[in-house]
Amino acid sequence: MSERLKVAVVGAGPGGISAAAHAAELGLPHVLLEASEKHADTIQKYQKGKHVMAEPGVLPLRSPVGFEAGTREVILGEWERGLAATKTNVKYRGRVDKIEGVKGDFKLTLGSGDVINAEHVILGIGVQGNPRRLGCPGEDSLFIQYQLDDPDEYHGETIIVVGAGDAAIENVLALAKNNTVHIVNRKDEFARAKEGNLNGITQAISAKKVNCFFNTGVSRVDVGGDHGKAGAIVLSTPSGEAVVPCDRIIARLGAVPQRGLVESWGVGFPSKDATSLPVLSTKYESSVPGMYVIGALAGYPLIKQAMNQGYEVVEYILGNAIKPADHPLLEEKFSVLPYSLEVDDVIDLMQERIPIFAEVNPLVFRELLLDSNVSVPGPGEVIFERNDYTNSFFTILDGSVSIEVAPGVNIKSSQGNFFGEMSLLSGRRRSATVRAGDFCVLVETPRRTMNKLVASVDAVKRVLDETFILRTIQQRFTPNVSIEELRPIAKNAKINQFKPNETLFVEGDEADTLHLIRNGSVTVGKMFDGREIPMAYVAAGNYVGEMGLLGRGLRTSTVRATVKTETVSLDSDTFLELVRKEPQLMETLQRQVQERAAANVALQSDSDAGDLLHFLMKQGLGEATDVLLIDEQLCVGCDNCEVACAETHEGTSRLNRKAGPSFAKIHVPTSCRHCEDPHCMKDCPPDALKRSPGGEVFIQDNCIGCGNCERNCPYGVIQMAYPAPPKPSIWSWMFFGAGPGPGQDKSAKKKADKDLSAAKKAVKCDMCMDLPGGAACVRACPTGAALRINPEEFVSLIRSQA
Amino acid sequence: MYQSILSYKNARWLWVALGLAALSLIAYLSESYDHSEPPNGGTWIGYGLGTVGAGLIFWLLYFGRRKRDYASNTGTVQGWLSAHVYLGTALLVVATAHTGLQFGWNVHTLFYVLMCLVIFSGFFGVWAYLHYPGILSVSADGKTIDELCRDLADVDKQARRTAERIDPQLRLAVGSAIDRTAFGGTAWKQLMRRDSSEIVLDGVTREPNIRQARIVQLLAQRLSNASRNDEVAAISQIMDLVGSRNQILRRIRRTIQIQAILRVWLYVHVPLSFATVAALIVHVISVFIYW
Repeated sequence: MSERLKVAVVGAGPGGISAAAHAAELGLPHVLLEASEKHADTIQKYQKGKHVMAEPGVLPLRSPVGFEAGTREVILGEWERGLAATKTNVKYRGRVDKIEGVKGDFKLTLGSGDVINAEHVILGIGVQGNPRRLGCPGEDSLFIQYQLDDPDEYHGETIIVVGAGDAAIENVLALAKNNTVHIVNRKDEFARAKEGNLNGITQAISAKKVNCFFNTGVSRVDVGGDHGKAGAIVLSTPSGEAVVPCDRIIARLGAVPQRGLVESWGVGFPSKDATSLPVLSTKYESSVPGMYVIGALAGYPLIKQAMNQGYEVVEYILGNAIKPADHPLLEEKFSVLPYSLEVDDVIDLMQERIPIFAEVNPLVFRELLLDSNVSVPGPGEVIFERNDYTNSFFTILDGSVSIEVAPGVNIKSSQGNFFGEMSLLSGRRRSATVRAGDFCVLVETPRRTMNKLVASVDAVKRVLDETFILRTIQQRFTPNVSIEELRPIAKNAKINQFKPNETLFVEGDEADTLHLIRNGSVTVGKMFDGREIPMAYVAAGNYVGEMGLLGRGLRTSTVRATVKTETVSLDSDTFLELVRKEPQLMETLQRQVQERAAANVALQSDSDAGDLLHFLMKQGLGEATDVLLIDEQLCVGCDNCEVACAETHEGTSRLNRKAGPSFAKIHVPTSCRHCEDPHCMKDCPPDALKRSPGGEVFIQDNCIGCGNCERNCPYGVIQMAYPAPPKPSIWSWMFFGAGPGPGQDKSAKKKADKDLSAAKKAVKCDMCMDLPGGAACVRACPTGAALRINPEEFVSLIRSQA
Repeated sequence: MYQSILSYKNARWLWVALGLAALSLIAYLSESYDHSEPPNGGTWIGYGLGTVGAGLIFWLLYFGRRKRDYASNTGTVQGWLSAHVYLGTALLVVATAHTGLQFGWNVHTLFYVLMCLVIFSGFFGVWAYLHYPGILSVSADGKTIDELCRDLADVDKQARRTAERIDPQLRLAVGSAIDRTAFGGTAWKQLMRRDSSEIVLDGVTREPNIRQARIVQLLAQRLSNASRNDEVAAISQIMDLVGSRNQILRRIRRTIQIQAILRVWLYVHVPLSFATVAALIVHVISVFIYW
């Protein structure tokens, strides 16, 4: 137990395998510790035959172990061979509970009680988290498992499933077909389960297909016994102790989040935000000297990146200053620059010149640059136009740009400044047109990367928020007042967050603030006959509550967030100060109040209209930018919309006409709404989801088929699909019956399902951005029942239906 | 915001169709005044009308292609359908003017009759498209057939569970009434909303159970004889459930019927169109052979 190793690698994922194999290759004393029974646990859990991709394609692989795109089995096999060939010392079931000590003398305490001494520790433990354990005597017994690969492998066994979440229920329902299954639930109901699973388990229990122990805990697990089973589970039920002999125990108790674990080992994080990444040096060293973090936990979710880091980190430990594998990529990126500087010098220059990046950790900044684009636009070149839907963030490395905040009103912004933060933060369209000035050099960072940075560096968030408020006030209220003059006033402005359905203010409240909606949207409602009827929909970029500031005293309506909404609020004193600076403001506002009052009156007469608006908002259309609505009075159910979608998009329809709710003859089919702040874009490892300037949210070819977007979309409009093979021309189908015709591709799909070499990728509506005429579903509707509309048109839709 | 095919773009194709029909009538009338010969398809004006008519027929037929040309940017399918409807109607006038009202037992008149059948089946289609979707939307209340069937399955399950508390004979009858409930089926049954539900009595005799009337009758009989309180409660509960089943079944059958009507006319309209084109070719060739 006392031999001191050079490196202990924790976690046999791609990064850990690569690091340990490289250490083995170099003959360093090492160990690779893996909590589960097999290497690459996350990938082991993929479904059989799943195609794994090797993005980013341009990045070269640097590892003693091979990796290229292929099926799960081929990749796992390759790694297994690599580990054997390099004679890597792997310790499975070697869960690390505790790490103590300092560089040169770390003590790793394993679950089994063993202690390992090592000079350096490399953490490659991913973000999935270790499965939460039973926490009772006998929890290490071999017949306890924490996952279930293929429920059909088990027949005629007695199986205990512990847990009440979706994973537990899904396992129980699948196992109950061929086995005797008991489920152990700590509570008296399945509160955390999805509706489908809840119905499934309730039915299975009432039909006595599954036995459920409610309000029951596990007291211990005994191995063996005279009942002929592998062991027994001892339960503490409300009616006393129960001993259930069983062949297998499956514990599905969720996972211990990795962050808490690594924090307990001393690794520091820059902020409390759950998405923030550990503080690391350019050599992946954490705040604990000698302890390194690589892979997904360090913020690199792709396999190849993690493997490269595994190799590099071992070199760094040995004191070799090798260049990171991404070096040539950055070199190429910077080749457009008019300077003759080395990559590292360019990076230093950027951090020196651009204050918002000055404090950013160099490793994080390097990663940001890999995602970013460096450009040298010619004088007068348009960077983006007002009302474009793009949402990347720009910083000025050299020269200047001119920002047209209102027609004819230009503001100059120069070296070190940034722009584009309005769309970045709000997800809304561009609020100004920006043109390049002389000798302009820009760094364009995608929204996702920037959001990651905002989440982990508080200073960046603060600067962006302040600037956002200032520029919003300037743009909306006082275009003729300089930012410097506004700064003291804006100090009083606040950023507020509202949950869906939360009220910003209620009818009858004292009216003292105005809210500028930064993202999300709200409805304005009034009480009629004791019931709140929504009368108007207000999208992000507009303001509500201005009536109150004009001296009315009390709120005349209730304003409610339709989705998660952020506002910038100004109190009346702050506002009056603005009016003092810009006297016309009062007049503009009064005119707007009158217009809105008129619009309200138009809708007030009809509570049905309010109900329809309420229905549309309930479907989440408050965050839509463009939505497909079907008039049931015109729809003949021919499904030409779906066929048109499939035929113009590789054989898979991205809309489901029949699905989805209806109200007052308006049907909301399952189809992408191109949300203002798309949920699907949140967690895409290769950043394949993009938003085009026209607002279309689409998926690029570098999709790796991980399914995150499918899971993240609350409206179920993303599917994983194979591309269908090409079809014969319509004439040879029509006259000679050749091949499948329009909409008839079921056989082709089945064939693709068997062919595992093809990869399933995410598909979704792209609003037919590549077709000159626009959405095929709408243009193919013979009766005009299908229309795509934007939320600003809801009110006119409602009026036309009334 | 939404427009029907008839009011599409302020009914612009209506005006085109009216213009075309008016021109055809003028051509016909000019023929009957100016010539000694009565108006017929063999004059130059007759040939002109015939050519326009034949052109229209091929263009109308092309709608079938345009509808499937999903990436096409020439107008919208709704615009094409609106034009298809109005110009198809105008064809009636153009073709009639072309005949000069000369009919007989020959291939030419056969062609004319076929064409009229296509156009009239089209009229039915237009009426169905305008009339039924609204009714469907009300009768199905925004639910799909699948959802209605799920509702039905829920009620069935409740009924079976409740039936465990009643007399075994009657329980079997309730079970068989549920098992042998029928809707849909052949095209004819769908269109006619035929209810061929059955019930099995004493485990052998099959009897019709239209609108679940027979089982209601049986339940009612038993109710009047039942003595146990819990059985009375169970039976009246099952009767309520049969009532809600009937309601759901009515909606399912109505939905199936309307969906069938919205499709079935195309099985007349499209084959007849091809027959019309065949007859058109025969008509043109024979005219030139016997000229």
